Amino acid sequence: MTIAHHPSEELLLDYASGALTESWSLAVATHLALCPECRHEVARMEAVGGGLLDALTPTACSDAAFDAVLARLTDGADAAPITVPRETLHETAGPAPVLPDPLRGYIGADLDGVPWQRLGLGAYQCLVRTEDGVTARLLRIPAGRPVPEHTHRGQELTLVLRGAFSDQTGHYGAGDFQEADEHIKHQPHAAPGEDCICLAITDAPLRFRSLAARLVQPLLGI
Amino acid sequence: MDDLIVAVAQHRDRAAFRELFDHFAPRLKAFVMRQGLDSQMAEEVTQEAMVRVWQKAQQFDPSKARASTWIFTIARNLRIDFLRKSYRPEPDPDDPAMVPDAEPGGFAHVAQAQEAERLRAAIAVLPDDQRVVLHLAFFEEKTHPEIAEQLGIPLGTVKSRIRLAFKRVRSELGEDQ
Repeated sequence: MTIAHHPSEELLLDYASGALTESWSLAVATHLALCPECRHEVARMEAVGGGLLDALTPTACSDAAFDAVLARLTDGADAAPITVPRETLHETAGPAPVLPDPLRGYIGADLDGVPWQRLGLGAYQCLVRTEDGVTARLLRIPAGRPVPEHTHRGQELTLVLRGAFSDQTGHYGAGDFQEADEHIKHQPHAAPGEDCICLAITDAPLRFRSLAARLVQPLLGI
Repeated sequence: MDDLIVAVAQHRDRAAFRELFDHFAPRLKAFVMRQGLDSQMAEEVTQEAMVRVWQKAQQFDPSKARASTWIFTIARNLRIDFLRKSYRPEPDPDDPAMVPDAEPGGFAHVAQAQEAERLRAAIAVLPDDQRVVLHLAFFEEKTHPEIAEQLGIPLGTVKSRIRLAFKRVRSELGEDQ
Protein backbone atom coordinates (compact mmCIF):
# COMPACT_ATOMS: atom_id res chain seq x y z
CA MET A 1 0.00 0.00 0.00
CA THR A 2 1.54 3.29 -1.09
CA ILE A 3 0.02 6.15 0.84
CA ALA A 4 0.14 9.57 -0.80
CA HIS A 5 -2.16 11.57 1.49
CA HIS A 6 -1.56 11.64 5.23
CA PRO A 7 -3.30 13.35 8.14
CA SER A 8 -1.90 16.84 8.72
CA GLU A 9 0.76 17.31 11.37
CA GLU A 10 -1.65 19.30 13.53
CA LEU A 11 -4.27 16.53 13.41
CA LEU A 12 -1.62 13.96 14.42
CA LEU A 13 -0.62 16.26 17.28
CA ASP A 14 -4.25 16.49 18.41
CA TYR A 15 -4.31 12.67 18.42
CA ALA A 16 -0.96 12.35 20.24
CA SER A 17 -1.92 14.89 22.91
CA GLY A 18 -5.26 13.19 23.55
CA ALA A 19 -7.35 16.18 22.48
CA LEU A 20 -9.43 14.42 19.82
CA THR A 21 -12.79 12.90 20.65
CA GLU A 22 -13.63 9.30 19.84
CA SER A 23 -14.76 9.50 16.19
CA TRP A 24 -11.81 11.62 15.01
CA SER A 25 -9.44 9.36 16.93
CA LEU A 26 -10.98 6.34 15.23
CA ALA A 27 -10.15 7.73 11.78
CA VAL A 28 -6.59 8.69 12.76
CA ALA A 29 -5.92 5.39 14.57
CA THR A 30 -7.23 3.35 11.62
CA HIS A 31 -4.92 5.28 9.27
CA LEU A 32 -2.02 4.65 11.70
CA ALA A 33 -2.66 0.90 11.45
CA LEU A 34 -2.02 1.23 7.70
CA CYS A 35 0.80 3.79 7.84
CA PRO A 36 4.16 3.10 9.59
CA GLU A 37 5.34 6.60 8.65
CA CYS A 38 2.57 8.33 10.61
CA ARG A 39 3.01 5.89 13.53
CA HIS A 40 6.60 7.07 13.71
CA GLU A 41 5.47 10.70 13.61
CA VAL A 42 3.01 10.11 16.47
CA ALA A 43 5.70 8.27 18.48
CA ARG A 44 7.96 11.30 18.08
CA MET A 45 5.15 13.61 19.23
CA GLU A 46 4.55 11.42 22.26
CA ALA A 47 8.26 11.65 22.99
CA VAL A 48 7.90 15.44 22.95
CA GLY A 49 4.98 15.02 25.39
CA GLY A 50 7.28 12.93 27.58
CA GLY A 51 10.02 15.54 27.33
CA LEU A 52 7.58 18.28 28.39
CA LEU A 53 6.35 16.12 31.28
CA ASP A 54 9.94 15.59 32.40
CA ALA A 55 10.70 19.30 32.21
CA LEU A 56 7.73 20.31 34.39
CA THR A 57 8.50 21.82 37.76
CA PRO A 58 7.56 19.02 40.19
CA THR A 59 4.69 19.61 42.62
CA ALA A 60 5.32 17.82 45.93
CA CYS A 61 2.99 14.94 46.77
CA SER A 62 1.74 14.35 50.29
CA ASP A 63 3.73 11.99 52.51
CA ALA A 64 0.93 9.47 52.41
CA ALA A 65 0.78 9.30 48.61
CA PHE A 66 3.34 6.54 48.11
CA ASP A 67 1.86 4.38 50.86
CA ALA A 68 -1.60 4.81 49.35
CA VAL A 69 -0.28 3.53 46.03
CA LEU A 70 1.65 0.71 47.69
CA ALA A 71 -1.52 -0.46 49.41
CA ARG A 72 -3.18 -0.84 46.02
CA LEU A 73 -0.47 -2.84 44.29
CA THR A 74 -1.16 -6.42 43.54
CA ASP A 75 1.57 -8.72 42.34
CA GLY A 76 -0.71 -10.03 39.66
CA ALA A 77 0.44 -9.08 36.21
CA ASP A 78 -2.40 -6.88 35.19
CA ALA A 79 -5.59 -5.67 36.67
CA ALA A 80 -8.23 -5.10 34.05
CA PRO A 81 -7.56 -1.79 32.34
CA ILE A 82 -10.51 0.47 31.66
CA THR A 83 -11.38 -0.36 28.08
CA VAL A 84 -14.44 -0.58 25.96
CA PRO A 85 -15.64 -4.14 25.74
CA ARG A 86 -15.59 -4.46 21.99
CA GLU A 87 -15.39 -7.54 19.92
CA THR A 88 -12.06 -7.87 18.19
CA LEU A 89 -11.74 -10.59 15.66
CA HIS A 90 -8.24 -11.97 15.38
CA GLU A 91 -8.17 -14.49 12.60
CA THR A 92 -5.49 -17.06 13.19
CA ALA A 93 -5.54 -18.47 9.69
CA GLY A 94 -6.48 -17.32 6.24
CA PRO A 95 -5.79 -13.96 4.61
CA ALA A 96 -5.37 -10.83 6.71
CA PRO A 97 -8.56 -8.83 7.21
CA VAL A 98 -9.23 -5.85 4.92
CA LEU A 99 -10.44 -3.55 7.70
CA PRO A 100 -7.75 -2.92 10.31
CA ASP A 101 -8.34 -2.42 14.02
CA PRO A 102 -9.61 -0.34 15.70
CA LEU A 103 -12.27 0.02 12.95
CA ARG A 104 -12.88 -3.74 12.61
CA GLY A 105 -13.55 -3.98 16.34
CA TYR A 106 -16.09 -1.16 16.13
CA ILE A 107 -17.96 -2.83 13.28
CA GLY A 108 -17.64 -6.28 14.81
CA ALA A 109 -16.86 -7.77 11.41
CA ASP A 110 -14.48 -7.51 8.50
CA LEU A 111 -15.51 -6.08 5.14
CA ASP A 112 -17.47 -9.18 4.09
CA GLY A 113 -19.64 -8.91 7.21
CA VAL A 114 -20.54 -5.21 7.15
CA PRO A 115 -24.30 -4.69 7.66
CA TRP A 116 -24.78 -2.26 4.78
CA GLN A 117 -27.81 0.03 4.54
CA ARG A 118 -28.92 1.11 1.08
CA LEU A 119 -28.49 4.84 0.38
CA GLY A 120 -29.91 4.79 -3.14
CA LEU A 121 -28.10 5.35 -6.45
CA GLY A 122 -26.12 2.19 -5.79
CA ALA A 123 -24.42 3.62 -2.68
CA TYR A 124 -24.49 2.08 0.80
CA GLN A 125 -23.55 3.17 4.29
CA CYS A 126 -22.98 1.58 7.68
CA LEU A 127 -23.14 3.84 10.72
CA VAL A 128 -20.34 3.20 13.22
CA ARG A 129 -21.37 3.59 16.85
CA THR A 130 -19.36 6.25 18.63
CA GLU A 131 -20.33 8.21 21.70
CA ASP A 132 -19.08 11.71 21.00
CA GLY A 133 -22.03 12.97 18.99
CA VAL A 134 -20.00 12.99 15.78
CA THR A 135 -21.13 10.92 12.78
CA ALA A 136 -18.80 8.07 11.82
CA ARG A 137 -19.82 5.77 8.99
CA LEU A 138 -18.52 3.46 6.35
CA LEU A 139 -19.52 4.46 2.83
CA ARG A 140 -19.60 2.28 -0.26
CA ILE A 141 -19.74 4.25 -3.51
CA PRO A 142 -20.14 2.29 -6.75
CA ALA A 143 -17.12 2.33 -9.09
CA GLY A 144 -17.05 5.29 -11.44
CA ARG A 145 -20.01 7.04 -9.78
CA PRO A 146 -20.02 10.50 -8.25
CA VAL A 147 -20.94 11.27 -4.67
CA PRO A 148 -23.45 14.17 -4.79
CA GLU A 149 -21.69 17.54 -4.52
CA HIS A 150 -21.95 18.93 -1.05
CA THR A 151 -20.47 21.58 1.18
CA HIS A 152 -19.97 21.18 4.88
CA ARG A 153 -20.61 23.17 7.96
CA GLY A 154 -17.69 21.68 9.71
CA GLN A 155 -14.91 19.20 9.39
CA GLU A 156 -14.90 16.00 7.45
CA LEU A 157 -12.27 13.26 7.51
CA THR A 158 -12.28 10.51 4.89
CA LEU A 159 -10.06 7.42 4.99
CA VAL A 160 -10.09 5.14 1.93
CA LEU A 161 -10.05 1.44 2.79
CA ARG A 162 -10.60 -0.11 -0.63
CA GLY A 163 -10.86 1.22 -4.17
CA ALA A 164 -10.25 4.92 -4.73
CA PHE A 165 -11.91 8.27 -5.29
CA SER A 166 -10.86 11.52 -6.92
CA ASP A 167 -11.96 15.10 -6.54
CA GLN A 168 -10.56 18.56 -7.30
CA THR A 169 -7.91 18.08 -4.62
CA GLY A 170 -6.46 14.82 -5.95
CA HIS A 171 -6.68 11.04 -6.17
CA TYR A 172 -7.17 9.03 -2.99
CA GLY A 173 -6.40 5.29 -2.86
CA ALA A 174 -6.39 2.72 -0.07
CA GLY A 175 -4.87 4.14 3.12
CA ASP A 176 -5.15 7.76 1.91
CA PHE A 177 -6.62 10.31 4.26
CA GLN A 178 -8.49 13.49 3.36
CA GLU A 179 -9.26 16.40 5.65
CA ALA A 180 -11.94 18.74 4.34
CA ASP A 181 -13.62 21.74 5.93
CA GLU A 182 -16.35 24.19 5.02
CA HIS A 183 -14.09 25.92 2.50
CA ILE A 184 -13.88 22.89 0.26
CA LYS A 185 -16.72 22.29 -2.18
CA HIS A 186 -15.79 19.03 -3.72
CA GLN A 187 -17.43 16.43 -5.86
CA PRO A 188 -15.73 13.11 -5.19
CA HIS A 189 -16.02 10.38 -7.84
CA ALA A 190 -15.32 6.74 -7.09
CA ALA A 191 -12.59 5.52 -9.45
CA PRO A 192 -13.54 2.93 -12.05
CA GLY A 193 -12.75 -0.72 -11.31
CA GLU A 194 -14.07 -1.50 -7.87
CA ASP A 195 -16.44 0.12 -5.38
CA CYS A 196 -14.82 2.74 -3.15
CA ILE A 197 -15.13 1.92 0.54
CA CYS A 198 -14.17 4.62 2.99
CA LEU A 199 -14.60 5.67 6.59
CA ALA A 200 -16.13 9.15 6.77
CA ILE A 201 -16.29 11.29 9.90
CA THR A 202 -18.46 14.43 9.81
CA ASP A 203 -19.34 16.78 12.62
CA ALA A 204 -22.23 18.46 10.84
CA PRO A 205 -24.92 17.19 8.53
CA LEU A 206 -23.80 17.22 4.92
CA ARG A 207 -25.42 19.86 2.77
CA PHE A 208 -25.96 18.40 -0.65
CA ARG A 209 -26.20 20.97 -3.37
CA SER A 210 -28.49 19.11 -5.71
CA LEU A 211 -32.15 19.66 -4.95
CA ALA A 212 -33.05 15.98 -5.37
CA ALA A 213 -30.39 14.95 -2.89
CA ARG A 214 -31.52 17.69 -0.47
CA LEU A 215 -35.07 16.38 -0.54
CA VAL A 216 -34.07 12.83 0.40
CA GLN A 217 -31.35 13.83 2.88
CA PRO A 218 -33.62 13.89 5.96
CA LEU A 219 -34.85 10.42 5.07
CA LEU A 220 -31.33 9.03 4.90
CA GLY A 221 -30.17 10.42 8.19
CA ILE A 222 -27.04 12.00 6.69
CA MET B 1 14.57 5.42 34.38
CA ASP B 2 13.95 2.89 31.61
CA ASP B 3 15.80 0.24 33.64
CA LEU B 4 13.61 0.95 36.66
CA ILE B 5 10.45 0.15 34.70
CA VAL B 6 12.09 -3.03 33.39
CA ALA B 7 12.98 -3.99 36.99
CA VAL B 8 9.37 -3.43 38.03
CA ALA B 9 8.18 -5.52 35.09
CA GLN B 10 10.56 -8.42 35.55
CA HIS B 11 11.06 -8.60 39.31
CA ARG B 12 8.11 -6.61 40.71
CA ASP B 13 10.92 -4.57 42.32
CA ARG B 14 9.43 -2.21 44.90
CA ALA B 15 12.64 -0.25 45.48
CA ALA B 16 12.80 0.52 41.76
CA PHE B 17 9.13 1.49 41.87
CA ARG B 18 9.86 3.87 44.75
CA GLU B 19 12.51 5.61 42.63
CA LEU B 20 10.10 5.88 39.71
CA PHE B 21 7.47 7.26 42.02
CA ASP B 22 9.80 9.85 43.50
CA HIS B 23 10.76 11.10 40.06
CA PHE B 24 7.45 10.92 38.21
CA ALA B 25 4.68 11.39 40.77
CA PRO B 26 5.46 15.08 41.45
CA ARG B 27 5.69 15.72 37.69
CA LEU B 28 2.45 13.85 37.02
CA LYS B 29 0.81 15.89 39.75
CA ALA B 30 2.01 19.11 38.13
CA PHE B 31 0.82 17.76 34.77
CA VAL B 32 -2.75 17.09 35.92
CA MET B 33 -2.90 20.34 37.89
CA ARG B 34 -2.33 22.08 34.56
CA GLN B 35 -5.78 20.75 33.66
CA GLY B 36 -7.27 22.81 36.46
CA LEU B 37 -7.55 20.07 39.09
CA ASP B 38 -6.99 20.99 42.72
CA SER B 39 -4.12 19.50 44.66
CA GLN B 40 -6.09 16.70 46.30
CA MET B 41 -7.85 15.58 43.13
CA ALA B 42 -4.56 15.81 41.20
CA GLU B 43 -2.95 13.56 43.77
CA GLU B 44 -5.67 10.94 43.35
CA VAL B 45 -5.19 10.95 39.58
CA THR B 46 -1.40 10.71 40.09
CA GLN B 47 -1.82 7.72 42.37
CA GLU B 48 -4.04 6.04 39.80
CA ALA B 49 -1.40 6.70 37.10
CA MET B 50 1.35 5.16 39.26
CA VAL B 51 -0.81 2.09 39.93
CA ARG B 52 -1.14 1.70 36.17
CA VAL B 53 2.64 2.03 35.77
CA TRP B 54 3.01 -0.93 38.13
CA GLN B 55 0.28 -2.94 36.40
CA LYS B 56 1.38 -2.27 32.85
CA ALA B 57 5.17 -2.32 33.34
CA GLN B 58 5.42 -5.51 31.27
CA GLN B 59 4.04 -3.66 28.26
CA PHE B 60 6.92 -1.16 28.37
CA ASP B 61 9.35 -1.64 25.48
CA PRO B 62 12.54 0.40 26.00
CA SER B 63 13.43 -0.04 22.33
CA LYS B 64 10.29 1.87 21.32
CA ALA B 65 9.88 4.62 23.89
CA ARG B 66 11.62 6.24 26.80
CA ALA B 67 10.25 6.02 30.32
CA SER B 68 8.90 9.57 30.31
CA THR B 69 7.22 9.05 26.92
CA TRP B 70 5.56 5.86 28.10
CA ILE B 71 4.43 7.47 31.35
CA PHE B 72 3.11 10.45 29.40
CA THR B 73 0.91 8.08 27.33
CA ILE B 74 -0.38 6.45 30.53
CA ALA B 75 -1.27 9.85 32.00
CA ARG B 76 -2.87 10.98 28.73
CA ASN B 77 -5.04 7.86 28.47
CA LEU B 78 -5.97 8.07 32.14
CA ARG B 79 -7.10 11.66 31.62
CA ILE B 80 -9.36 10.52 28.79
CA ASP B 81 -10.78 7.43 30.59
CA PHE B 82 -11.08 8.94 33.99
CA LEU B 83 -11.71 12.65 33.59
CA ARG B 84 -13.42 12.82 30.22
CA LYS B 85 -15.11 9.42 30.45
CA SER B 86 -14.38 9.07 26.79
CA TYR B 87 -12.59 6.60 24.52
CA ARG B 88 -9.45 6.90 22.46
CA PRO B 89 -9.26 4.15 19.83
CA GLU B 90 -5.71 2.99 19.10
CA PRO B 91 -4.18 0.66 16.53
CA ASP B 92 -3.56 -2.87 17.80
CA PRO B 93 0.06 -3.99 17.22
CA ASP B 94 -1.07 -7.65 17.10
CA ASP B 95 -3.67 -7.01 14.40
CA PRO B 96 -2.92 -9.11 11.29
CA ALA B 97 -4.32 -6.27 9.14
CA MET B 98 -1.73 -3.80 10.49
CA VAL B 99 0.85 -2.74 7.90
CA PRO B 100 4.20 -3.55 9.56
CA ASP B 101 7.13 -1.14 9.91
CA ALA B 102 9.55 -1.10 7.01
CA GLU B 103 12.40 -2.51 9.09
CA PRO B 104 12.48 -4.65 12.22
CA GLY B 105 11.98 -2.47 15.26
CA GLY B 106 10.60 0.25 13.03
CA PHE B 107 12.39 3.53 13.45
CA ALA B 108 13.75 2.85 16.92
CA HIS B 109 17.36 2.98 15.82
CA VAL B 110 18.37 6.22 17.53
CA ALA B 111 20.17 5.46 20.77
CA GLN B 112 17.50 6.09 23.36
CA ALA B 113 19.63 7.82 25.97
CA GLN B 114 21.16 10.13 23.43
CA GLU B 115 17.78 10.86 21.97
CA ALA B 116 16.44 11.80 25.38
CA GLU B 117 19.21 14.35 25.80
CA ARG B 118 18.82 15.73 22.31
CA LEU B 119 15.07 15.91 22.63
CA ARG B 120 15.39 17.88 25.85
CA ALA B 121 17.81 20.22 24.11
CA ALA B 122 15.50 20.54 21.10
CA ILE B 123 12.53 21.49 23.27
CA ALA B 124 14.66 23.90 25.29
CA VAL B 125 15.61 25.97 22.24
CA LEU B 126 12.10 26.27 20.76
CA PRO B 127 10.91 29.87 20.43
CA ASP B 128 8.34 30.87 23.04
CA ASP B 129 5.41 31.11 20.63
CA GLN B 130 5.97 27.51 19.49
CA ARG B 131 6.47 26.26 23.03
CA VAL B 132 3.20 27.88 24.17
CA VAL B 133 1.31 26.01 21.45
CA LEU B 134 2.88 22.68 22.51
CA HIS B 135 2.07 23.38 26.16
CA LEU B 136 -1.57 24.08 25.36
CA ALA B 137 -1.75 20.89 23.30
CA PHE B 138 -0.03 18.52 25.72
CA PHE B 139 -0.86 20.02 29.10
CA GLU B 140 -4.33 21.40 28.47
CA GLU B 141 -5.48 18.96 25.80
CA LYS B 142 -6.53 21.68 23.41
CA THR B 143 -7.13 20.91 19.74
CA HIS B 144 -5.49 23.27 17.27
CA PRO B 145 -8.73 25.22 16.60
CA GLU B 146 -9.15 25.66 20.38
CA ILE B 147 -5.57 26.90 20.65
CA ALA B 148 -6.24 29.46 17.92
CA GLU B 149 -9.31 30.66 19.80
CA GLN B 150 -7.55 30.87 23.15
CA LEU B 151 -4.55 32.77 21.81
CA GLY B 152 -6.73 34.91 19.54
CA ILE B 153 -4.62 34.10 16.48
CA PRO B 154 -5.63 32.67 13.09
CA LEU B 155 -5.84 28.90 12.68
CA GLY B 156 -3.20 29.08 9.96
CA THR B 157 -0.74 30.62 12.43
CA VAL B 158 -1.31 27.77 14.90
CA LYS B 159 -0.76 25.23 12.13
CA SER B 160 2.47 26.85 11.03
CA ARG B 161 3.78 27.05 14.62
CA ILE B 162 3.07 23.34 15.11
CA ARG B 163 4.82 22.51 11.85
CA LEU B 164 7.82 24.69 12.65
CA ALA B 165 8.12 23.22 16.14
CA PHE B 166 8.20 19.65 14.85
CA LYS B 167 10.46 20.54 11.98
CA ARG B 168 12.92 21.89 14.51
CA VAL B 169 12.58 18.85 16.76
CA ARG B 170 13.17 16.58 13.77
CA SER B 171 16.26 18.43 12.69
CA GLU B 172 17.66 18.47 16.25
CA LEU B 173 17.17 14.70 16.26
CA GLY B 174 19.03 14.46 12.96
CA GLU B 175 15.95 13.27 11.07
CA ASP B 176 15.46 16.16 8.72
CA GLN B 177 13.80 14.98 5.55
